[in-house]
Amino acid sequence: MMQHKNIIAAYSIMILLIIAVGVLQSWTIALTILNYCLISAVMTIGANIQWGYAGLINFGIMGYTALGGLAAVLVNVPPVKEAWKAGGSGMVVSLILIISGVYIIRTVLRKFENSKKRNYIVAAIIIIGFVTIRYISGPAIENIEAVDPAKTGFLGGLGLPIIFSWIVGGLFAAGIAFIVGKIALGLRADYLAIATLLIAEIIVSIIKHEDWLARGVKNVIGLKRPVPYEVDLQGSTWFIDLVEKFHSKKLDLITSLSERQDVLNQLVIDASSVYVKLCLAGLFLTVVIILLILTQKALYSPWGRKMRAIRDNEVAANAMGKNVVKEHLLIFILGSAIVGIAGAMMVTNDGLFTPGSYRPMRYTFVIWVMVIVGGTGNNFGAILGGFVVWFLWVEAAPIALFFINFFTAHLDETNAVKQHLIQSAAYFRFLLVGIGLLIIMRYRPKGLIPEKINIK
Amino acid sequence: MDFINAIVLLLNYTVIPALTYGSQLALGAIFVTLVYGILRFANFATGDMMSFGTMVAVLITFYFQSLGISFGFLPTALLTIPPAILAMIFYMLFIDKFVFSYYRVKKSPPVQLAMVSVGVMFVTQAIIRIIIGPFDRRFFDGEKFILKANEFREMTGLNEGLTIKSTQAITIFVTVLVVSIMFWFLNRTKTGTSMRAYSDNEDLALLSGIDPKKVVLITWIIAGILATIGGVLYGLDKSYRPFVYFNNMLPIFAAAIVGGIGNPFGAFLGGYVIAFAEILVTYAYKKFFAYLLPEFMEPDSLMQLLSTDYKFAVSFSILVIVLLFRPSGIFKGKTL
Repeated sequence: MMQHKNIIAAYSIMILLIIAVGVLQSWTIALTILNYCLISAVMTIGANIQWGYAGLINFGIMGYTALGGLAAVLVNVPPVKEAWKAGGSGMVVSLILIISGVYIIRTVLRKFENSKKRNYIVAAIIIIGFVTIRYISGPAIENIEAVDPAKTGFLGGLGLPIIFSWIVGGLFAAGIAFIVGKIALGLRADYLAIATLLIAEIIVSIIKHEDWLARGVKNVIGLKRPVPYEVDLQGSTWFIDLVEKFHSKKLDLITSLSERQDVLNQLVIDASSVYVKLCLAGLFLTVVIILLILTQKALYSPWGRKMRAIRDNEVAANAMGKNVVKEHLLIFILGSAIVGIAGAMMVTNDGLFTPGSYRPMRYTFVIWVMVIVGGTGNNFGAILGGFVVWFLWVEAAPIALFFINFFTAHLDETNAVKQHLIQSAAYFRFLLVGIGLLIIMRYRPKGLIPEKINIK
Repeated sequence: MDFINAIVLLLNYTVIPALTYGSQLALGAIFVTLVYGILRFANFATGDMMSFGTMVAVLITFYFQSLGISFGFLPTALLTIPPAILAMIFYMLFIDKFVFSYYRVKKSPPVQLAMVSVGVMFVTQAIIRIIIGPFDRRFFDGEKFILKANEFREMTGLNEGLTIKSTQAITIFVTVLVVSIMFWFLNRTKTGTSMRAYSDNEDLALLSGIDPKKVVLITWIIAGILATIGGVLYGLDKSYRPFVYFNNMLPIFAAAIVGGIGNPFGAFLGGYVIAFAEILVTYAYKKFFAYLLPEFMEPDSLMQLLSTDYKFAVSFSILVIVLLFRPSGIFKGKTL
């Protein structure tokens, strides 16, 4: 019961903080923060499954987020017919070649015994395959990228509603996680961290530089939203009526008719953006709640117990007949898939895909800080961590600015130190998050809401 | 003649840049490997610690330049390395006292220390950005070239020019100097031997009366020297930008692991392995083959295995391959 009280108190404070932002700054900012908090919460659920349940370090969160974003593009953007005509066949042939190459290598690995000869054969297949694929895909890529490069220059996607991409993003991430897990999961903890970090860099650099796939660093903009657009709302009568009813008291005070219309227009514009963000928040909240229910069920199931056993004592669990390798792989895939969903949700929220913005600082390390600050192994804790750290990350600059002004109030406006500090206020977020992490690691190593397993 | 031209071409565009870049990576990789071998954790703050040392050097260089102090035809930054090293060591010891030592005494698992180093990374990055800002800064001065392409052409009568930038020569020379002193220290002095013993078997080393505090202190001092020199050399050769230093951490890690983590000599060679792989795989060989092959066989394409965009990806792929087939690195790791 004590713990429940803690959780409720912590979440109420968090909600109050967001409401405070709404009152003090603006409701649009508050809802933007809330949406990103929810997306971060999904990411932390994914990372928490891997680290908290199974003790696997995945520093490749950035890579799976980017894959989710890629899925959003490939699902939502309508197909570019000219590009398909120009080079689609070449790309399809290359894809088939890659798949068949992988199968040939697999059969070679199975048929032959482990020997030097086998290694040479595999190396030869890889080199020949690489050269052939380069030969076939090279001209195809050039043709595709030549199709109206300012607007398209890529194959496009399926033209389906973006909401499907949440599932597809999860599947993409799961697929890649399967391969990565097969390669890297045998490594010791810190090696695994480095290996996943570097593999994520490879994934992002491929997305960045393969322009035929998703335009690379030229970005994809104008993805369709699953919720109404502001402009449409501002034109529809039911929405204007709703806003009028909502603000009727305030509007009744204004006597002049034209003035009243102006105020109403302004209110409608504000309300439309709030409404859109609320709709998105509702969608995101649904995902968070579904995932939370599923992960909580899993945590208290026999499977969750098995995972904890493996985490706490791998050797003993192995001796009990649990397949440690298989379970590790499974949980690595599950966690990465959830991160992939979050990646797709984020692109849905932004409406654009910017591969250049995927950097390990923002998409790997900050997420890790969230999990550790919130509480490893506890889903409520991890979600709270997502909220708290993202809130700090965004609000650090205004807070820092306030303190800088407070402490340098006696200094002249033209004082060089003061000006320099004010200019670099944005970087205080790194300081805040870093010090927060260090303090939590030292004095509350289990996080704000620690893991507590009560078996019923 | 064509053959010599081809060789000069390769020297100019691959070997010399790779040697320079490799030296810069090697210094960082030895830093990673020392911290891993003796303090027993993967230091994710590596890139930012190098950045911190370089920042101090850049600031002092600007100060010296404003005073009119220069180092003749050599870059002024070389003069600022000693004070920068001092600042770096001071910062590292400060961090160690207030952050790392607690976990070391408690004998926390390496993973926890690695996570703490992520916190240190955030803080260091914040300090750097608040002090000097995230912008690109060039602090190179002095003579730019030792050998210019035109001079070389006139000297030898070849078609291809060979350029040697002074930063490249300085980098390679300083690296060889620093690394030889360090290996002499590790292998020939009593303190160095005690450090290796501590890395090999901590309990046994403690039993034989080795003072762990002294070992840790010396490790951070060597680490500070390596980090600062590596960072300054990279900054002189390219330019100083905090974000790039953070990114450089990744190939440095790759170099340390490829060489066998915990093995300084392996890390030294690993730096060159990574650098040569990155540059050789992404170099366009068209001109090279044009010199060597008869005219009718001249290639049409660039003859580039991968585009230069994938420079980093190459080193990471090498790392993955090494991890798969020889998890302890090319040179057996975990012995100092």
